[in-house]
Amino acid sequence: MEFILGPILAAFIARLLGNKLTVAVAGLLSLTGIAILFVNYPVTSLINYQESWKTIQDYPWLDSTIHFTFGMDGLTWILLLLTNGLMPFIVLSMKSELPNRHQITMLALLMQAGLNGVFMSKDGLSFYIFWELALIPIYFITLLYSESGKDNFKHTIRFFIYTFLGSLGMLFSLIYLNSLTESGSFAYKELLKLNLTYQQSIGVSIGFLLAFAVKIPLFPFHGWQANTYTFAPAAGSMLLSGIMLKMGLYGVLRWFLPLCGETLDVFQPYLITLSIIGIIYGGIIAIRQNDMKRLVAYSSLSHVGLIAAGFFTLSSTGFSGGVLQMIVHGINVVGLFYSIEIIQQLSGRNLNNLGGLAKKYPVFAVIFFFFVIGTAAAPLTNGFPGEFMLLKSVFSYHSISGIFAGLTIILCAVYMLRMYQFSMLGVEKGNAEQKIELLQWFPLAVLSIFVIVLGIFPQYFLDIVKPSLDQIMLEISNAKGVLS
Amino acid sequence: MNSIALILGLPLIGFIINGVIGKQLPKIVSGLLGISTILIAFILTASKLSQFVSNESFSESLKLFTFLNVDNLVLEASFKFDRLSIWMTMIITGIGTLIHVYSMAYMWNDEGFHKFFSYLNFFVFNMLMLVLGSNFLMLFFGWEGVGLCSYLLIGFWYSRPEYGKAARKAFIMNRIGDLGLLLGMFLLIHQFGTLDYDGVIEGISQGKTSAGMLTAISMLLFVGAMGKSAQIPLYTWLPDAMAGPTPVSALIHAATMVTAGIYLIVRTQVLFEMAPFTSEFIFWIGLSTSILAALIGLKQNDIKKVLAYSTVSQLGFMFVALGCGAYTTAMFHLTTHAFFKALLFLGAGSVIHGVHHEQDIRLMGGLKSKMPITYITFLIGTLAITGFPFLSGFFSKDEILTHVFEHNKIGYGLMVFSALLTGIYMFRMFFVTFHGSYRNTHFSFDKVHESPMGMTLPLIVLAVLSLIGGALNLPEYLTHQSGILANWLKPILTIEETKHAISHSTEYILIGVAILVFVTALLFTRSKYVSNHHVPKDEESTGVQGYMENKFYVDELYNTIFVKPLEGLSDILGNFFESKVISPLSFGINSVLTKVGKLNRYIQDGNIEKYLLYMVIGVVILIGINLFI
Repeated sequence: MEFILGPILAAFIARLLGNKLTVAVAGLLSLTGIAILFVNYPVTSLINYQESWKTIQDYPWLDSTIHFTFGMDGLTWILLLLTNGLMPFIVLSMKSELPNRHQITMLALLMQAGLNGVFMSKDGLSFYIFWELALIPIYFITLLYSESGKDNFKHTIRFFIYTFLGSLGMLFSLIYLNSLTESGSFAYKELLKLNLTYQQSIGVSIGFLLAFAVKIPLFPFHGWQANTYTFAPAAGSMLLSGIMLKMGLYGVLRWFLPLCGETLDVFQPYLITLSIIGIIYGGIIAIRQNDMKRLVAYSSLSHVGLIAAGFFTLSSTGFSGGVLQMIVHGINVVGLFYSIEIIQQLSGRNLNNLGGLAKKYPVFAVIFFFFVIGTAAAPLTNGFPGEFMLLKSVFSYHSISGIFAGLTIILCAVYMLRMYQFSMLGVEKGNAEQKIELLQWFPLAVLSIFVIVLGIFPQYFLDIVKPSLDQIMLEISNAKGVLS
Repeated sequence: MNSIALILGLPLIGFIINGVIGKQLPKIVSGLLGISTILIAFILTASKLSQFVSNESFSESLKLFTFLNVDNLVLEASFKFDRLSIWMTMIITGIGTLIHVYSMAYMWNDEGFHKFFSYLNFFVFNMLMLVLGSNFLMLFFGWEGVGLCSYLLIGFWYSRPEYGKAARKAFIMNRIGDLGLLLGMFLLIHQFGTLDYDGVIEGISQGKTSAGMLTAISMLLFVGAMGKSAQIPLYTWLPDAMAGPTPVSALIHAATMVTAGIYLIVRTQVLFEMAPFTSEFIFWIGLSTSILAALIGLKQNDIKKVLAYSTVSQLGFMFVALGCGAYTTAMFHLTTHAFFKALLFLGAGSVIHGVHHEQDIRLMGGLKSKMPITYITFLIGTLAITGFPFLSGFFSKDEILTHVFEHNKIGYGLMVFSALLTGIYMFRMFFVTFHGSYRNTHFSFDKVHESPMGMTLPLIVLAVLSLIGGALNLPEYLTHQSGILANWLKPILTIEETKHAISHSTEYILIGVAILVFVTALLFTRSKYVSNHHVPKDEESTGVQGYMENKFYVDELYNTIFVKPLEGLSDILGNFFESKVISPLSFGINSVLTKVGKLNRYIQDGNIEKYLLYMVIGVVILIGINLFI
């Protein structure tokens, strides 16, 4: 509960304190959150977890069957760490000259509450509620702080309606599952116990998939992504790509796969195909983008495609690689958007008008390069181990698919190095004079350390999530056994 | 402390120190730091040699930590000194030290001095990881790491956009090869459940896999080698890579990194022994590459470009040897080539330095009087590569030719042709650069100067190595015993290399042919470029020569069939498909909702009478349903 109420409380405090102190509040809150995470749920206990997703708090809500139930295991823990760890950097990215900074901070903090809830909820209905709760603040952030001018409302409302409608599919599925349980419960455990028939499972799967495919997004449900990322303020793009994207992937892993295990074999080839199309499709489009944010948006499409493909292979290599890559993508994409925000302040973010920034900003160029090669999955950076495992899992599933998915390592090098070349290297264009502020260095430095650390020691990370992934794998094979 | 840890760690420390605080350090400290890390690594490696001499099966390993452990696949960060990796380490650190020394003088006035040394150290670290790793994963780490360093160093002078383009081209073409290597690794995991060299070799000996699978794996690994070692069709990045500073060309693009493909195949020879199709494929790819590159080299006028194509061609020779199953021979040529090609590149750098950053040999000429040390060392390098009797290149190339003669007679004919071309393009460049008269009107001859000692000293050392390098593996007909390298590698070669089946008399004839080829090339070019004072013309040639000058339009071809279509596809998808298909698909629902909203607005217009009417209709319908159903 502290992860839900904390941010909400902080949101209101931040709103009341006004522009100046808002960053401090947000920072303090995140530190507290991380501290609670480490103190109450020490890493060693997670590694030795034997039981499945442990219930840590349980509050009855509507009648006796609907609860706010919160669980904790390695998977939840690591996603909470990602959410609460990235949040201060996202808040820091809001420039002090931004009008109503306390308002956007409030929205971001409210979103944090929603996200935390999503990753912790063990009750279907509260999972859905937090899921939507996270959507509302980001809607206002993109609406009120968007850069697209008069198209603003159109893009935002499209994004909102689209993702909202997708989520309704999930709500239907959850309610239907609820009606099948004897006790009329939404509890994760109860839902898992259900043995669905073929038709039931197909229907429920489609409902879930609607929500998750839009949120991840999977090709061809990505229509909302590029424009929303491009026109959102930096903080919004970071929230969307760094954390919110992971909601969909998390949903697939925790809810869709175990609950719909009965008919996964039916969907599996199509889902993997769509994921791989997304990898290549996003990569190819990214090659020619000149707006740096749009480029990163398409690169995200490509990267989450690979993560999704890995999940859908239903192998522990794919799961481990995917979860690692969720975290890594969060770090790298926030790093990239952060760097792009700085570049934008210096001389805009259109690659046609950029060039040679490395000359005046050599240190920044090095750090930006970290995120670039991290995204391009160079060995010894955080992108490599996850991508290695994911590609291996897809290749083991189906070798031709693996080859197509593998094209990402070529495409990614093409668009990432192109972006770096045109912004940092080459002839100096424009006359950027501004200095990069001390406060801006801080997130860059911290995030770039994680680019290296996770690249060299991924196993420590995997140890944390392994018990939960094993558990999920077990649930899937149980569910699969029902029909065969 | 484990010596492997030190050998690997020193260059890494050099990289970090120079990378982080290099700018604050005086140049001399920064440079000496870069040199000393590699030099100490070299000395440590050399001191290990004796243990190998006294104990045939000696090896030393270092396990750092578990990198990944998922799904019964354990990947360790572990390293191993064996006879092959220590041989490579000697070359990398030895030549690396010389090139670091040279760089100190060469790059002294460059503002990125410390950055250069930090990159160079990082390169050595990655290269050592590549050869010392005891599994494919560590090899892949080093493999991609050296690619990254190569990218950074080709684009070292990053304010020139065309250099940046060359750097990206190198990285991307290497990535294509890397994908092959990666897929090969996945197949290995699939077949053997491990990426350890030992585990794979054991798995093969236990017959865990089929012949078809071995062919697939070896082909994929070779795709990786094609990228890194610049073979057809992935060779076009290497000539462009000459945009980097010349010491980089010497170290990365001649002596060490580009030989990683050869190392990979020697390391995994078991696989290739069992896959005759792949070996044959390698043989012909190597052969065609060596001829194609040599033909292009004939018509290049940039001193570094000639050497670049020469490198591609010589790497082709090594692959030819590998294709014949002559692994020792390939390693031998790799070693001698490292000596003389590093020498030639550094010599070229010295020339470029002496004539004020001019690289066009048409604007040189007569440099021998002004740059005597460069001249003599360059001559030695030229003689070594063209196969002057008893110099290093003579022995190694002769060994390859003998193997090819046994393997395939047509291939032998083509190899001799390729060797002839080598002689011609090398002497052409040599004579045009150092003989005749000086031709650059923009930079007066008086200002042409010999390079400082920091540069000439490495040249002299490398020249000596090029002279006597052949001693590392003298042929049997001279010494009546197998050579040093052959004995050295024998314990780690899993398959006994076949002794030459041909008689000594045939061997003497083959040597005679080789010498004849050398003399022909020398006399031909001498009469053309020295006696007749011929200078390559500026205008474009026509016919076949035109094709050679334009590198057979391969870059243009790739541009037309790969780059342009990809960009076109990107535009179509990004501009058309996204807005005309994806967008309506996603937001059609939006307009439906808007229409429903409008309909609703029409119904709920605030008119009470209408509402009552709707209510009555509703009630009637409900009653009707109840009555009739």
